[in-house]
Amino acid sequence: MDQTVPALLQHECVVFPEGLHLECGFHLAPVQIAYRTYGTLSAARDNAIVVCHALTGDQYLADTQPLTGKPGWWSRMVGPGLPIDTDRFFVICMNVLGGCMGSTGPRSPRSGAGADGTEPWGTDFPPVTIRDMVRAQKLLVDRFGIQRLFAVVGGSMGGMQVLEWAATYPDMVFAAMPIATSPFHSAQNIAFNEVSRQAIFADPDWHGGRYWERDAVPARGLAVARMMAHITYLSEEALTRKFGRRVRRDPYGDNPLSLFGEMFEVESYLRHQGSSFVHRFDANSYLTITRAMDYFDLGTEHDGDLSRPFHGTRTRFCIVSFSSDWLFPTSQARMLARALNRAAANVSFVEIESDKGHDAFLLDEPDFDRTVRGFLSGAAEHARIG
Amino acid sequence: MRLDQRLIAEMIQPGTRVLDIGSGDGALLDYLFRTRGCDAQGIEIDMQEVTRSVAHGLPVMHGDADHDLAHYPRHAFDYVVLQRTLQAVERPREVLRQMLRIGRHAIVSFPNFGHWQLRLKLLTTGRMPMTAVWNTPWYETPNIHPCTILDFLMLCREEGYVVEEWMAVDEDGERAPWRRSIRLANLFGEQALFLLRRRGG
Repeated sequence: MDQTVPALLQHECVVFPEGLHLECGFHLAPVQIAYRTYGTLSAARDNAIVVCHALTGDQYLADTQPLTGKPGWWSRMVGPGLPIDTDRFFVICMNVLGGCMGSTGPRSPRSGAGADGTEPWGTDFPPVTIRDMVRAQKLLVDRFGIQRLFAVVGGSMGGMQVLEWAATYPDMVFAAMPIATSPFHSAQNIAFNEVSRQAIFADPDWHGGRYWERDAVPARGLAVARMMAHITYLSEEALTRKFGRRVRRDPYGDNPLSLFGEMFEVESYLRHQGSSFVHRFDANSYLTITRAMDYFDLGTEHDGDLSRPFHGTRTRFCIVSFSSDWLFPTSQARMLARALNRAAANVSFVEIESDKGHDAFLLDEPDFDRTVRGFLSGAAEHARIG
Repeated sequence: MRLDQRLIAEMIQPGTRVLDIGSGDGALLDYLFRTRGCDAQGIEIDMQEVTRSVAHGLPVMHGDADHDLAHYPRHAFDYVVLQRTLQAVERPREVLRQMLRIGRHAIVSFPNFGHWQLRLKLLTTGRMPMTAVWNTPWYETPNIHPCTILDFLMLCREEGYVVEEWMAVDEDGERAPWRRSIRLANLFGEQALFLLRRRGG
């Protein structure tokens, strides 16, 4: 079974030879950004929405993901007549810096002094932050000649990018929709990421991060990381509803009477999640991006005051949380809402009733769809577009 | 929109910043934005109403008068509106203080417990009065701090608030004719409506 991610896949990309000065002090050049667009940019270039993807998402927002052949991760939300209506808006989705779907990341050829252009960065890829990701996205937005984004929308790590967009480029963001996210990564969030990373480090196929040299992939470690993380994206209620305590015979087990001869359906589901993930994701990218999330804290430059980054902001915010999300709970969303209140910002804040956990923002939640559609339509009226 | 909301809207200057506490279905917010060009935001305790309002494009956040006003900076708004809710908050005096800290003006409406029907019912039956306005039994009413128009005026005097405008209205929001006399208003007005500011503020 071929477990390597095909690196030669052609993504739509722009290369910025001048690169980017990262927050860690390293100058990364060139920087390549892979992206997809949907809809048409208006003549006034005032109808653009940037959608930011989550940890393991990618730029294939509303069309077929080329590796899995599955529909884009938000194809139920983005499209003609859908809540993010591509008949009205021009939607841009970019693979994050550090990612593995065409944007510059640990699997990209190493650049700089002494590099021959064949060896990948691997774990030598410089540590990037959420702000670095956003600054890289701005390069492409500038390239489109867009001076002000109508909206920036994203869930989970995508929501962190939304907040960073609004804090770093306040005049460029008319409306911001951070969904199922937090103004900083909590100790619990960091703890879960650390377990994921340790699973990758513990895989003998990881080879200190230089697995490409051995034609290996730390598939088991990455799969365990994904399995563990996936639990945090669901809720006890959702797991009970989907799987309960139902058991099936292990198709790979020889003896049904042995200790693991039978397996619970939830185990089978998680194994499937883990094994399918390794086909589309790079382990070093996973390490790079989870670390960027861990470093995220909007208050860090302001003595922990989360309102300071937003003082004087004119952006219209809509914060959304989900009642059963225990990874980015409503209490953190409320903390963000209050920080924005302190900055006298224009804030909507909705908690959507759902039993689907953190992943609810990707799933069928009619109240959430109505919220997205309504917030964007209301903001468009204020922005006097379309 | 209810008539008393229309009376509130008439008190608000066009193009101002407004916070509506207990914005409900968002009717006042929508009216203020569309007809008066106000930057109007809402706070609402009922999540279904919040979702419905945001789905209609109105800026509303989930929260309540007792816990969420303290987070706004001083004079963040030109007007802070509290409709028919003062009697249901935990600490009415503190809520008023917060309203006049974060807003230059406060607009407060509340049901008047001094209305003659209530006085008569308590006198004749000896039991907690029930009327069209006060329509839940004492053991489950959310109205834990009822007051009369006179009580409210006394509180404004103690706290140093200037009453810029006031009126008594009936339940449907029709203006009562006894607008000039506070004593008569306190007897015949079902709802009271006040526009306040802080002295010197």
